[in-house]
Amino acid sequence: MAVDAPAGFGAPTGFGAPTGFGAKAHVALNDPKLRANFRRAMDGLMDKRAAQFSDAGEWKALRARGAAVRARALAHLPQLLEQLEARLTANGITVHWAETTGEANAIVLGILQQAGATRVIKGKSMVTEEMHLNAHLEANGITAVESDLGEYIIQLAGQAPSHIVMPCIHMNKAEIAELFAAKIPGQTYTENVDELTAAARKALRGRFAEADAGISGVNFAVAETGTLVLIENEGNGRLSTTLPPLHIAVTGIEKVLEKLEDVAPLLSLLPRSATGQVITTYVNMISGPRKPGEKDGPKAVHLVLLDNGRSRVYGDVELADTLRCIRCAACMNHCPVYTRVGGHTYSFTYPGPIGKILTPQLEGLDCAGDQPHASTLCGACAEVCPVQIPIPDLLARLRTEAVTPSSIAVKGGGGGVSLADSLGWGGWTALYSRPLVYRLSTRLLGVFGNLMPAWLPMLRQWTSVRTKPKFAAKSLHQLARERGFSDDQR
Amino acid sequence: MTSARDRILSRLKSAPRRTMPERPDWAAPRYGEGRLTQFRAMLEAAHAQVTEVARAEWPSLLRLILAQKGVTRVLFAPATETGRQLAAAWANGDAPQLVASQLVAPQLVAYDRPMEEIKEVLVHEVQAAVTTARSGIAQTGSLVLWPTADEPRLMSLLPPIHVVLVDKARIVDSLADTMAAEAWSGGMPTNAVLVSGPSKTADIEQTLAYGVHGPKELIVLVIGDDAP
Amino acid sequence: MSATGRPHTVYFFGTCLVDLFYPEAGLAGMELLQREGVTVVFPQNQTCCGQPARNNGHPDEARAVARIQLDAFPGDWPIVVPSGSCAGMMKTHYPHLFENDPDHARAVAFSARVFELTQFLVDVLKVQLTDRGKPVTVTWHPSCHSQREMGVVEQPKALLRQLANVTLVENPRETECCGFGGTFSVKQPEISAAMVADKVESIQRTGATQVVSGDCGCLMNITGAAEKSRNLVTGQHIAAFLMERCHGR
Repeated sequence: MAVDAPAGFGAPTGFGAPTGFGAKAHVALNDPKLRANFRRAMDGLMDKRAAQFSDAGEWKALRARGAAVRARALAHLPQLLEQLEARLTANGITVHWAETTGEANAIVLGILQQAGATRVIKGKSMVTEEMHLNAHLEANGITAVESDLGEYIIQLAGQAPSHIVMPCIHMNKAEIAELFAAKIPGQTYTENVDELTAAARKALRGRFAEADAGISGVNFAVAETGTLVLIENEGNGRLSTTLPPLHIAVTGIEKVLEKLEDVAPLLSLLPRSATGQVITTYVNMISGPRKPGEKDGPKAVHLVLLDNGRSRVYGDVELADTLRCIRCAACMNHCPVYTRVGGHTYSFTYPGPIGKILTPQLEGLDCAGDQPHASTLCGACAEVCPVQIPIPDLLARLRTEAVTPSSIAVKGGGGGVSLADSLGWGGWTALYSRPLVYRLSTRLLGVFGNLMPAWLPMLRQWTSVRTKPKFAAKSLHQLARERGFSDDQR
Repeated sequence: MTSARDRILSRLKSAPRRTMPERPDWAAPRYGEGRLTQFRAMLEAAHAQVTEVARAEWPSLLRLILAQKGVTRVLFAPATETGRQLAAAWANGDAPQLVASQLVAPQLVAYDRPMEEIKEVLVHEVQAAVTTARSGIAQTGSLVLWPTADEPRLMSLLPPIHVVLVDKARIVDSLADTMAAEAWSGGMPTNAVLVSGPSKTADIEQTLAYGVHGPKELIVLVIGDDAP
Repeated sequence: MSATGRPHTVYFFGTCLVDLFYPEAGLAGMELLQREGVTVVFPQNQTCCGQPARNNGHPDEARAVARIQLDAFPGDWPIVVPSGSCAGMMKTHYPHLFENDPDHARAVAFSARVFELTQFLVDVLKVQLTDRGKPVTVTWHPSCHSQREMGVVEQPKALLRQLANVTLVENPRETECCGFGGTFSVKQPEISAAMVADKVESIQRTGATQVVSGDCGCLMNITGAAEKSRNLVTGQHIAAFLMERCHGR
């Protein structure tokens, strides 16, 4: 079925140069294995989350607290960042600031080169994906091995993650078994999950021990105490940030929390929303490098604060709610679009509903303008967002910013409307804002509407899988009048 | 010339001011006398082993448990109260139970020098480690580990079996309670960690597997001062 | 409203989809209200809630059209709407749409008077229906906005359960979007097609012969897809369904 943009009224203009969402969706929709994998995985995650939040009162109070805590932090973000930097520095952690991903990559490379580090072990970090850090390090002769099992698997496969919490959710056991047999020396083919896990443990154990540096993300950065909070189930995060002599943590500037106590409600929200767990196996709270007398831990710890467009997002009070995100992925787990097309369709680091609002703001509406339209605004995401991000409202806002001429609220926005769209919506407004004209045209459609051929723009897309809508002979306006319902023209 | 830091902060500071919301009321659940039951249930659901034992008994019980698992070398912290008690108890020769079952008593290995000096031993040679938790959290079945110079952080991470002691009286309802009661915001250690089970993953077809990178087994000894 | 909190007069906002494609559903809605002793006023100057423009990034156009509705429903009577989607637009989005507009206060007052039809029938009028129809098995499809913007979840099912000869079967995929999404169905036609196919299949699997919905956009989408794929499932707006049952058809 053709997926080229329909012409005329309703054409996806204001999309700018799309990310090829429709084309990629076409591939995904016609891949029965992918669809089955995602359907099964998302159903499971939704059920697990529902089981955790069965008490509606508790959910309501907890997410209100979570939303407030994040909103508070954003309300005085610059001051908190300054406080965070001061406390981290006092604790012995070196803080770096990067406006762009290029700068961040250069900073990380610089720290590694200065320490003479060539073997790097990585914990999972979506921000480092945003930076394409691994590719940058590789180009400079440093191999960063992913230690999170899901990330390790996709690194072996040479793929990008398709979900922000479960990176290889799109792959099934057979595919992983084949991958391990092909890429891990001495590994024979097995689909047994315990055996596959043991193989990964064995392959990576040595890497932890001989790494010169560990790189990680950050779940929360607490300004009050200068503490980096990292949550995980496997233990690879702790190993990456404890064994090597150097630890570099990378985070977006929005991940700051005001107080240590704010971690508690968010910790009660994040794992339950993400995977239906009460808590992750490990909650790691790092407040400094190895102190004199201590026997282990990295001798040097660095934090890189990445902007990459977040400060611009922050400039718009409504859109800044995007920055509340705690990366739980509940939104994409519940998204009927994401479930059917999978994460790779979104092209950029962050897929699903959060991706649809974040990517256009970071990459530009001119680059990713098709993303905000890849939604029915069903609201399933907002319903489960633990920090109450009004995602459908932000999607509508971004759709507006794409076509409002000369609007500078969003990067790459303000493209203005195409002539076709302009005429289309102009016509629509002219019709619907004139009651007399509206009633007349409705009468005409009642008489002639069903003669419209199915190949007309919009009807063509509709009738590819549906019968033509049938115009009623008489409108409700006519019938109401005939039946004597008062008009009550006050 | 302004730095990236200056430019970022300047952009943030020139954004429209927003209102500062208050923190709405929220309280974590309370368990009262059911605290230990909740604690145990959560840990067992996460595949940890939980055993209540009297303060004087735990070293010999542990020796039996570890011997039954075929553990030969156990990492311990000689300068802590726990470590001293363990060393003293195990130094008193082989226990009759072990001899009778023809089990070999595990030997203690001290973590008494920088990691770099005993890396091989830590990574490959010890099968278990014994640590002490500062407190326990009932709601989530978590142990609060507060590593120190005497009880380093790799103990709870490298060996495949992690044994942790927690005082029954120091099990609290929730993380929020613990943070407040122990005044964490007054000073955090280099690395505090909440441990809530053995290492696990569900990355392969969402199927749970244990012992990915961290310990494969977590043994929790709940120390009581009254008879269990 | 009378002293008992029960209104004697309400406005009816038909919605443009009902106007063009399902006027019988609109009439049925008005009759359901009328038979409870409520006077139903249908202002002829009503047109559309403006949602298509708002959802496509054209708030100015949406506001121009929304203003016409503010003009058409001037009194302080409740405005009853046979669509959770249109009701949601007017109730939850009008205040923001008119934020910096002289008509803001009017928009806020307007939105406070908006009710979805089943919400009004159950929560305000507390209707009790008598079933005169033959046995039938149906399943319910809630529109996304009726659930999530209007909070209408149990009311329609409560009405269906009042009918003695109607067996209501639950669809485990009930809350999942049918893929209509207004212009989404023509802008992302393939994804929309996949979603509606799944929805039709889930309805079929319930064993129901008919799907009942409170929203004509969803209905058009679901029944159109069912018909095209020669699926035997039929669909009806809940207002039309209830009136038929009350009259014994």
